Amino acid sequence: MKVAEAEDVRFGRFEEFAAARAKVEPSWLRDRRRAAILRFRQLGLPTTREEEWRFTPVRSIATTEFEPATARSIPVTRAAVEPFAFAGLDGPELVFVNGRFAPDISRPSSLPAGVRVTSLSEILTSDGALVDDNLGRYVKFEQHGFTALNTAWMIDAAVVLIPKNLVVEAPIHLLYLSDAERPAAAHPRTLVLVGEGSAARMIESYAGPAGQVYLTNALTEIVVGANAQLDHYKVQRESTSAYHVSSTHLTLDRSAVFTTHSITLGGHLVRNDINALLGAEGTSCTLNGLYLAGGDRLVDNHTAIDHAKPHSESHELYKGVLNDRAHGVFNGKIYVRPDAQKTDAKQTNQVLLLSKDATINTKPQLEIFADDVKCTHGATVGQINDEALFYLRARGIGRDEARQLLIHAFAEDIIERIHIAPVRKALEQALLKELPLKD
Amino acid sequence: MKTLEIKNLHARVEEKSILNGVNLSVQKGEVHAIMGPNGSGKSTLANVLAGRDSYEVTDGEVLYEGKNLLEMETEDRAREGLFMAFQYPVEIPGVNNSYFLKAALNAVRKHRGLPDLDAIEFMQHVKQKAKILSVDPTLLSRSVNEGFSGGEKKRNEIFQMAVLEPRLCIMDETDSGLDIDALKIVASGVNTLRSPERTIVVITHYQRLLNYIVPDFVHVLSGGRIIRSGGKELALELEEKGYGSIEAHSEPQPAPTA
Repeated sequence: MKVAEAEDVRFGRFEEFAAARAKVEPSWLRDRRRAAILRFRQLGLPTTREEEWRFTPVRSIATTEFEPATARSIPVTRAAVEPFAFAGLDGPELVFVNGRFAPDISRPSSLPAGVRVTSLSEILTSDGALVDDNLGRYVKFEQHGFTALNTAWMIDAAVVLIPKNLVVEAPIHLLYLSDAERPAAAHPRTLVLVGEGSAARMIESYAGPAGQVYLTNALTEIVVGANAQLDHYKVQRESTSAYHVSSTHLTLDRSAVFTTHSITLGGHLVRNDINALLGAEGTSCTLNGLYLAGGDRLVDNHTAIDHAKPHSESHELYKGVLNDRAHGVFNGKIYVRPDAQKTDAKQTNQVLLLSKDATINTKPQLEIFADDVKCTHGATVGQINDEALFYLRARGIGRDEARQLLIHAFAEDIIERIHIAPVRKALEQALLKELPLKD
Repeated sequence: MKTLEIKNLHARVEEKSILNGVNLSVQKGEVHAIMGPNGSGKSTLANVLAGRDSYEVTDGEVLYEGKNLLEMETEDRAREGLFMAFQYPVEIPGVNNSYFLKAALNAVRKHRGLPDLDAIEFMQHVKQKAKILSVDPTLLSRSVNEGFSGGEKKRNEIFQMAVLEPRLCIMDETDSGLDIDALKIVASGVNTLRSPERTIVVITHYQRLLNYIVPDFVHVLSGGRIIRSGGKELALELEEKGYGSIEAHSEPQPAPTA
């Protein structure tokens, strides 16, 4: 049974919320929320009977009474933000607390003329039509319960607009912070439009105080215009008691280059979806990921790359380190449509299991309808290499330190690909702190 | 003073008995060569001395500087000054050579009651060793052995040996797979490390390495025992007549009685 109004009440009283929003928002947004909540009531949250959610039971989310994080406003100081800022990062930093823009603790920065890095509420007053045209255009809220829920309940959004032919050197940091004393649900939303011929770098961070139970249900839409480049990072440092569900919907125009690194360090139950549409010729899409989990945590990464047109390439490298009874899921779909000749797609998934009780379900899923393509995939699951361990010990390095060195090296392979030095350094530090994994 | 004393050493891998009573005594500062055909137990001996888990010692003992070597963990053997140059050095992607050497050197120093070297002191130490051995310092910024040629891997072993300054070096078929130029480079590296304070055991299948690293003593290992010992001439005799003739004419050494 997929219910129903009773279920959406767990996330708050929608009618009250919608009525309040209608006073400050345009009618198109009100209509979209309404359509989304109706869709959510049809869909409910996914269950493990659905193929896409087979290994990821979200029952515990469905049975938790969440308070809408949006209904509360807890004063959050800059000090709460600092642990999740990247020391030395030079650029605008927009902080969203429980999904709502918090200008007082954000850090403005000068940007090239025409570039907008702002919140939905702000941009509605100046460029409402543009948001109307784009917000929700690249993701179908109908897709599953979480996307519908986000569309119905988002309180605000981060909006990044980069006009044509501009290079934005300063990395743009969007930091979504959760803070609630009782279980609360926040629905962070992000819209990024990179204009033709432009280049930018950005980080989406998700974080919350250790030990807190809350839900982050994030939805991001990214469009990279013709011949434009976006270097994107998603750094997830939620509480290890939190639920984190995110989906990123990406559209690449002709000759666009997109790279993302998805780093998962936190969360009790984590589900990340990336859906990439390589909708024009000559695009390049790189999806890299690293996840670490111990205890009873679950991390599920689903990626889908749709090669719709010829001459595009995609590269994908996901690495996971699992300890204790942690559970990893990786599902990598690659579609190559009949028109997409000369596609070059490579997918690699590697997992290091540190305990006998840790498990991984990994599934490459290639559906190829063109005949002149190059598609490869590989998955490896292994333990720490005994030969390497012996070699290090034979040079005087103790067993524990040698193990740590090898686990670290495995993960560092992803971290060293990060092009923004302050982010790379902060994550190197985080790795040193996290590894070896503990509960 | 004896650096290494092996008494009646028996060892097996899984259920197969490989060493069947090895006796060997090595004085400080000496260079010994252990030669033997394939399957004679050469690499097993090296691995038992280094402490590899998959080898099980079933009898006998090994004293290193008078201490029971077989009771020590692998890392403690290294910290006590034992170094094995691997026959097949392991590639470790993601572990930076310089970081690795620093961790190893400081582990050894800590064991000797010496303070850690800081980054500058470490680099000075390492660069000096690299210079002596004509090792390209850019090797330091690469991952341990990753993508190294066979010759580079063996050179890296000798380089690590120079950096860690061990008192006992066990060289497990360091010459295998090397062409003559690489062999000369590796051998001259070892020769620069010869000293009255450092004992070297060279394990090899072929005599040619011993043209460059001239040993004080040569032992022939066969069927898991040392069947003949002699001076450096023994290596030449082996080269001339082959292992077969020596195996045929040798009486196994009796195991010492307790």
